[in-house]
Amino acid sequence: MSSPNNQSTATTPHKRWVKGSHWIITLSFLALAFTGFEMIMVHPRFYWGEVGNDLTPALFELPVSRNYKHGGWENSSPFFAQQGSPITASRTYDIFNQNGWGRSLHFLAGWFLVVTGLVYLLAGLFTGHFRRNLWPGSKEFTLQNFRLDLASHLRMQIPPAANGPHYGLLQKSTYLAVIFFLLPLITLTGMTMSPAITAAYPFLLKIFFGAQSARTIHFFASIALEGFLIVHVLMVIKSGFKQQILSMTWGK
Amino acid sequence: MKKNYLFTRRQIILTGLSGIGGLLLPGCSKKLPPTYGNILRMGDVLTYVVHRTLLPGQSMAREYQHSDISSFPATGTTNPADETSKYYSEAWGKFHHGEFANWGLSIEGLVARPGSYSLATLQSFPNRTQITRHTCEEGWTAIAEWTGVPLGYVLQQAGIQPNARFVNCYAYDDYMESIDMLDAFHPQTILAYGMNGRNLPVQHGAPVRLRVEKQIGYKSVKYLKRIVVTDEFVDVGDTGWSWYNGI
Repeated sequence: MSSPNNQSTATTPHKRWVKGSHWIITLSFLALAFTGFEMIMVHPRFYWGEVGNDLTPALFELPVSRNYKHGGWENSSPFFAQQGSPITASRTYDIFNQNGWGRSLHFLAGWFLVVTGLVYLLAGLFTGHFRRNLWPGSKEFTLQNFRLDLASHLRMQIPPAANGPHYGLLQKSTYLAVIFFLLPLITLTGMTMSPAITAAYPFLLKIFFGAQSARTIHFFASIALEGFLIVHVLMVIKSGFKQQILSMTWGK
Repeated sequence: MKKNYLFTRRQIILTGLSGIGGLLLPGCSKKLPPTYGNILRMGDVLTYVVHRTLLPGQSMAREYQHSDISSFPATGTTNPADETSKYYSEAWGKFHHGEFANWGLSIEGLVARPGSYSLATLQSFPNRTQITRHTCEEGWTAIAEWTGVPLGYVLQQAGIQPNARFVNCYAYDDYMESIDMLDAFHPQTILAYGMNGRNLPVQHGAPVRLRVEKQIGYKSVKYLKRIVVTDEFVDVGDTGWSWYNGI
């Protein structure tokens, strides 16, 4: 095995709270990704800063619904007399909009993610799960090991299922990035789009450069998490799908 | 061997659940919007209760500089005098024709002095000008300067009664939205008659619209017709949209 796994001979299975939170978060994430895409279809334009709408330039646009570059605007008029004044215009186009259920389902799933995520974080901290199973030791965390692990992954040499939290260096680093960077980032940028939350905590608008920047960062964080999901499932398949699913469910 | 845990799992779970219950209790003792047995509406009410419980009620939405004012799309009803529209209002058309001199905002319900407030009367009250960000549920934002009278001031002028719980805003395009007392008396919740230094344009809700700065744009009702103060939630049925939208 080229992979620098220091697997103990006595394999400890996944804890029940790890299994439970894993699947609740999986379902929440799928609901969030689905409704998130629905919301992009309603307004498939992305911006930077505090402001962005159909009458201001976009950073980029996605051709994902009939709302893409619909151009249905009339009675355009400037607010001020000077050149280059901001304008207003009336929308004549009947846009695609399923945000009624889309938003409510997004936030409901968000509650499941946040509450389960907090329970998971506390449990992970206090049971020593993070320290024992996710945090790489200083001997393990070397550039050499990282390079070796990456190379074996690129050659698709994936160690077989360990039936519990016995992870390689690349795997640990990825999980840490998802748990402590991507999920907190996507949660906080999500909250930065909320007018009630930013009124209470205006620093959110500062650290993410505005409500529209937060929306754009939220989108890229979701792409990164979807990428993680795909690679994660691929690795589960390569390392023994049936056994991995069993060890994350009712198997011992 | 029997392990001696400091806390059992059951104790932790029970303590946690009763803690959450205690947290939600102050919100639940007040009147909440109906959920219609719909899990999405249950989630909306959870968001409402948690926001009202955990967020400081009188915090202000961010205000911007004049140079931050941006282009601003007009969506939804953009002209109630349009006869081809489903939301055509002959009455509003007549008021518009007369430059809103005969227009009046009716304030009714749980107030000691119900009555109609003309545009001139509203403009004679102490005003507030704020440059704020409008957040549309669709995903876009825009910044504009709004001038108007705080809704709380008008409600006090009308002698709002202590058992009041909701302020229901009815519009000429048949639109209706209600807000709770916390939003109604928030200093940035205004009856706006000015936008970007001019009279409120027709597309944006002339002559007077509501501005609720800590909720999503659709709570800021345009083309105001009457305001009814109630102690009960006015149930218009499940519209498919969240009643509370501070998120």
